[in-house]
Amino acid sequence: MKKIDKNRLILGLAAPVLAIVAALAITSIIIGVTGKDPFHAYQVMVEFGSKADSQVWIINKATPYYLSALAVAVGFRMNLFNIGVDGQYRIAAFFAAVVGGALTLPGIIEIPVIIIVAMAVGALWAGIAGLLKTSRGVNEVISTIMLNAIGASVIGYFLQDGRLAKKEGNLIHTPYLPDSAHFFEIPTQTKPIYGFVVIAALAGVAYWFLLNRTRFGFDLRTVGQSETAAQASGVSVKRMVVTSMLISGALAGLVGMPTLLGVSYNYGTDFPTGIGFTGIAIALLGRNNPVGMALAALLWGFLERTGTQLEFEGYAQEIVGVIQGVIVLCVVIAYELVRRYGLKAQQRKVGEELAAQARKSDKAEVSA
Amino acid sequence: MRRVSTITVAGISTAALAFTLSACGSSSTESSGGSGKGVGLAFDVGGRDDHSFNESAARGVDKAKKDMGIDNKMMTAKNGETEADREQRLTSLADAGYNPVIGVGFNYAKSIEKVAKDYPKTTFGIVDSVVPGNNVDSITFGEHEGSYLAGVAAALKSKNHKVGFIGGVNNALIQKFQAGFEQGVKDTDSSVQVTSQYLYPNNDKGFNDPAAAKDKAKGMLDSGIDVIYTAAGLSGNGSIEAVAGQKGAWAIGVDSDQYQQPGLEQYKNSILTSVVKNVDVAVYDLIKSVKDGKPLTGEHKYLLKDDGVSLATSGGFIDDIKDKIEAAKKKIVDGQITVRTSP
Repeated sequence: MKKIDKNRLILGLAAPVLAIVAALAITSIIIGVTGKDPFHAYQVMVEFGSKADSQVWIINKATPYYLSALAVAVGFRMNLFNIGVDGQYRIAAFFAAVVGGALTLPGIIEIPVIIIVAMAVGALWAGIAGLLKTSRGVNEVISTIMLNAIGASVIGYFLQDGRLAKKEGNLIHTPYLPDSAHFFEIPTQTKPIYGFVVIAALAGVAYWFLLNRTRFGFDLRTVGQSETAAQASGVSVKRMVVTSMLISGALAGLVGMPTLLGVSYNYGTDFPTGIGFTGIAIALLGRNNPVGMALAALLWGFLERTGTQLEFEGYAQEIVGVIQGVIVLCVVIAYELVRRYGLKAQQRKVGEELAAQARKSDKAEVSA
Repeated sequence: MRRVSTITVAGISTAALAFTLSACGSSSTESSGGSGKGVGLAFDVGGRDDHSFNESAARGVDKAKKDMGIDNKMMTAKNGETEADREQRLTSLADAGYNPVIGVGFNYAKSIEKVAKDYPKTTFGIVDSVVPGNNVDSITFGEHEGSYLAGVAAALKSKNHKVGFIGGVNNALIQKFQAGFEQGVKDTDSSVQVTSQYLYPNNDKGFNDPAAAKDKAKGMLDSGIDVIYTAAGLSGNGSIEAVAGQKGAWAIGVDSDQYQQPGLEQYKNSILTSVVKNVDVAVYDLIKSVKDGKPLTGEHKYLLKDDGVSLATSGGFIDDIKDKIEAAKKKIVDGQITVRTSP
């Protein structure tokens, strides 16, 4: 029993190590082809990335990425591809900003109200896709992508001067949240870290607990592995689809909160977009594991932080995008390779054990 | 076993994080800027070669290099950036010693305001927005006035009495183009029908998506519109391409004199005129002022009367209606016509 665990640990470590080595090798070749020294690039990245203010920047950048990855991972664990996190977090943040801007309450009530509105709107938006899938069999990939576009248009309609927003220079945004709605910050020697990182960590723990320590999580993973088996053992797959879409959407609702409550204090035309798609890459990279995704989100932030610095050293701006893509591909391929290798090794071992048993019984028969 | 390892990994990573945070006291931004390494130019999406807005700013920087030997560093935004990305870009430029540091596009408004405070010795420039700060030069243009003249030209040149406007993103700045254009058309010939459409309601990708502009322009051409004015940065190339595919239709360019753009040469006979925004002049003025030790700060408006905006005449396609355009221009300059800034 103990030996199997050790093998499993080695196999578990093999995949990420293999992926990182392969990704480094490929990016080195790519940088080399552009006529630059790859090792100097890594040196610049490590040096710049380890500065104190870089670390603050990376953590602040990784917080929404991590929340987005959690939202995507909930779906992934049951083979449900919620591609619509992008639309869900934006529409959630928008309506949360509208509600927050209209209210003036003490912070202890105001902040939870904003967060709850965001989670509810996110859940609602994702729930539409869940309902469409269970009632009409619409593939969630299609419906969530369409809902992204619809969400953007809904925001575009309301985000106009005189509707739910107002004009400030060339920017149009919802009214500012009152000061009481500003989320706390963790001061450091340089710039502060957004306090929302605490919520993100809690969300990660909740994700782990929900999936690995509850009946619901067990059912969810079962549906992910085999829908028919789950159905046969009495799990209502339809209800699971809707519920997990709602959870995924509620988590997506949190994605915009670090920005809304910590930086912009409004939803404007300059609100960040595309975090939902980054979340897909990070969930893949972190293998849906709460710790793995946290590391992946930090890696993403690190690459983005140091990419700008590479530009100063004369490297192409696109290099970082290439590195990110290569890493995700390498991770997906490495895990598949290691999984197959592990499966083969297991089969071989079982075969050997069976053969040994057979030999033993043969001998017993002969001697008898 | 498995649970233990998960907990160990979590513990180690948290400890590592805490350690690196507390141990590394050094910060990447220790100098206060101000030393003269040249001009730092931060572009909005689309990059330097958008044949339009960014390229106009780049021309000013190129001219400074030619005339005064001032070096430069140009950096470009990606689609879907956050405030942190923009701040970092400006901080890196200021920290590396570039002065002035210019944010090309109103998206940089908030980040310029923040970063300018951290680098009081560096002069910052912002195009298309007004930002407070003692070391910030806010450069704005009279786009609505230039667009009015484009409206006059469009109304006079349309055979079907149908003209169109395509905006990249439905925001306050692009609405200025729309408002001026619509007013110019209606004041010239109230029987001409104007259709105004946007590529994206609120995604800055609208300035970086030529395919979307091409589709939109095709749709307009199919409905009988024969003059299309596109204010969408790099996306405008797609619209010009679509218009060039239809005989007798005209495209109106924006920001740069797009007839003169080498990258658009094959379509140039369909480019009626362009509403030129002299970003290059403004950028050059700022660079020169910093070099002379008297940096420009505060708000600077480049209007029609200052030749901050103008209607390009290359190609000679609007020579026949020159008098009418000049008359309209005079009315605006004299204040007889006030051009609206929102539709």
